[in-house]
Amino acid sequence: MPADSLAALSDSLFSITVALYSLAVVAFCAQLAFGRRPARIPELVGAGAPVAATQEPVADDRRGRRWGLVAMGLTIVGVLTHAGVLVTRGLATDRLPWGNMYEFATATVLVAVVAYVVFAVRAPALRHLGLFVLAPVVLALVLIGLFLYATAGPLVAALRSYWLAIHVTTAIIGFGIFFVSGIASIMYLVRSRYEARIADGEAPQTGVVAKLPAAAALDRVAHRTAVFGFPIWTFAVIAGAIWAEAAWGRFWGWDPKETWAFIAWVVYAGYLHARTTAGWRGRPAAWVNTVGLVVMIFNLLFVNMVSTGLHSYAGLN
Amino acid sequence: MSVEAPPRPAPPPAQPSAPRRVGALLLHWWRRLTAMRTAIILLFLLALAAVPGSLLPQRALSQNKVNTYLTDHPTLGPVLDRLYLFDVFTSPWFAAVYLLLFVSLIGCVLPRALEHFRAMRAAPPPAPRHLLRLPDSGQLDTSLAGPQALDVVEEELRVRRFRVVRREGELSAEKGYLKETGNLLFHLSLVAMLLGLAGGKLWGYEGSILVTEGQGFCNAFQQYDTYSSGPLVKSSDLTPLCIDLDQFTAKYEQNLTAASFTADIRYGAPGKDGVPTTIGVNEPLRVDGDRVYVTGHGYSPTFSVTTADGKKYDGLSVPFLPTNTQTMASEGALKLPDVGTAGDDQLALQGFFAPTGVVQNKILTSIDPRPLDPQVAIFIYQGYLGLDSGIPQSVYSLDQSQIDRGRLTKVAAANLKVGQSTKLPDGTTVGFTGYKEFASLQLSHDPGQVWVLWSAISLLTGLLGMLLLRRERVFARVATDPGSGGTVLTLASLTRGSGESAPRFAALKDHLADALADRTPHSPEDRPRAC
Repeated sequence: MPADSLAALSDSLFSITVALYSLAVVAFCAQLAFGRRPARIPELVGAGAPVAATQEPVADDRRGRRWGLVAMGLTIVGVLTHAGVLVTRGLATDRLPWGNMYEFATATVLVAVVAYVVFAVRAPALRHLGLFVLAPVVLALVLIGLFLYATAGPLVAALRSYWLAIHVTTAIIGFGIFFVSGIASIMYLVRSRYEARIADGEAPQTGVVAKLPAAAALDRVAHRTAVFGFPIWTFAVIAGAIWAEAAWGRFWGWDPKETWAFIAWVVYAGYLHARTTAGWRGRPAAWVNTVGLVVMIFNLLFVNMVSTGLHSYAGLN
Repeated sequence: MSVEAPPRPAPPPAQPSAPRRVGALLLHWWRRLTAMRTAIILLFLLALAAVPGSLLPQRALSQNKVNTYLTDHPTLGPVLDRLYLFDVFTSPWFAAVYLLLFVSLIGCVLPRALEHFRAMRAAPPPAPRHLLRLPDSGQLDTSLAGPQALDVVEEELRVRRFRVVRREGELSAEKGYLKETGNLLFHLSLVAMLLGLAGGKLWGYEGSILVTEGQGFCNAFQQYDTYSSGPLVKSSDLTPLCIDLDQFTAKYEQNLTAASFTADIRYGAPGKDGVPTTIGVNEPLRVDGDRVYVTGHGYSPTFSVTTADGKKYDGLSVPFLPTNTQTMASEGALKLPDVGTAGDDQLALQGFFAPTGVVQNKILTSIDPRPLDPQVAIFIYQGYLGLDSGIPQSVYSLDQSQIDRGRLTKVAAANLKVGQSTKLPDGTTVGFTGYKEFASLQLSHDPGQVWVLWSAISLLTGLLGMLLLRRERVFARVATDPGSGGTVLTLASLTRGSGESAPRFAALKDHLADALADRTPHSPEDRPRAC
């Protein structure tokens, strides 16, 4: 297939992906709407509480479960077309499909969705996260399509290096995983407040919060994903430094992107420490993780679009 | 301890001596500094302190941007400057934060390392008295005698690479020492990395220079256009290395995306025939701990001047700096103090170079970075350039104050293609004869960077060990079941570094139950069930 039609196919697949994810969001909403309220209120998880509370199954009636399956199906088909966007772009341009911000951001969102799907398949109780992962995903993709879109084209000289495959790929994976981690921590903050109110004797609600996974489970998802993402991010930063040494004449120069990568690294290091330090466990640690997500998004958007640095090649003019 | 006053006033305790009080205070603050909470706060301070370094222009990145900022913000700028906000990463307060963090880190890690070293040589601790109170615990019944049952447990744990110690009627096992080793390696690598960075800053240097095709430079500070060097670098330490630029080549894709920049150079010791090689973007020259990079390129238009009395000057060339990297439109100035007859009869050109020029309404613009149709738009000045006035001048522009003062006057303006020329009122002819390409080269020397790389590799190794391994202790104790006369085996485990120890403990217990059953001379139906 000629490059032009491949590039056009990539653009069509992008729209199809957004449509599929949007339908998945609708199906996840239906699942929450029709699913029965949990029969038992999960115990409040304090220090040293048994893990049992987190394994509390969220009861759905059959209709809710059917919607849940539809939503998962749509998400998985969406993942395939989403991957197709990048594959056809790569074929059209004959290079790795992350040479500009449009491609980088699209790939990052794909990693986030894949990370969610892996979790949802391994722990079905966490499928309820779907709405809260996919709704921001749809929003992000729409914004990417509107503001970051760049036509398929060749790479500038500086990016023609095998380090593109190593550094940018790991940065995308790290970011995608931190994205899921951040969402889990935000939901933990919401859910743990709800559980605290229940513990104070307030009547259980029927809203969305009641159907979220238990706070302790959310906290664990956030921590495990961050633990998984942190070495990957560390590697991405190191690989970036090695590439910078070859491309820019120094391995570290406090370029805005480097500075924010460093800030993100320090914040996530803070999160991992906070989660094991008395007085920081629970909500304070979750706030740290949320700050980490904000830093990562700021690093992607602000640093590439507003400030001028060596990473500003990213295809926006 | 009671907080109420004692019934009878006790004699006041002897005041501790001053050094002792100071010592106690220091110990108190040391404990505070090395506490994990302090470390977390310092981590945040470090992240926060780095923020202005990305939001405000930094001298290390661009002195020009800092100057622009200072002129744009005449009141705020100097205040920010006094707070080192244009040199964040070399400022004392940034250094204070990271040094405190590193002191805290060392204070936390060194005692841990000693403790870990002792633990690695010591046997796993004895089993706690109440095993069933541990988070993961359970009991198994077996008809084997106590010591035999413990033999089975020991064997199974050793297969799982536990370190096992048998004590009277009980057993302790531990594995995952490498987790703590990884943790310590990670933190100590950070310290090593900081030392490597510091070494690079102290003994490293870097110089940049524009080199036109056919010219070269040697590694000496006075030759560079700009350079920076660490405080411990002496001029005599610089590697004797000379570089000659033979040819510079820029390649472009059809849509004018830059595809590659390469420079054919020769390098070697001064006075020797250089070794030819090609360097380019992403492919620097690495020789004896020095690296030579191509960091940019541009055009040097060439002019010829023929004075009214017939004197001809050929090949007058000077780099014009690109103002637009997409089209390589460039600006610069050519100063010719020796062309005129007397001190006040000097000649200068200031203008604009377009590698592929298009003239619209007498305005020259560039539409392509490739030199398809090179053109210049120049203003020609005559008069006094002020080069010997002692005030340093930019080589890329004329001294505006000389023009304002009327010492230097514009005598002509022309748009020229290659081969065209223009005549000045005094009869002098200025011709545009062609162009050469120049490359911006940078020579860097950083003795610390290999250390930093190795620190980064060991940091990552430690991080993986710390995050992926589990520290696990398993305890077992046997007792005779008074009812059946069989043996009750109590098992318990303690795990660090994993939230989901329960399923793993259950699996271990099932395996032990199977192993005990295999050694029991009974039919499979009688297998003891895990409780």
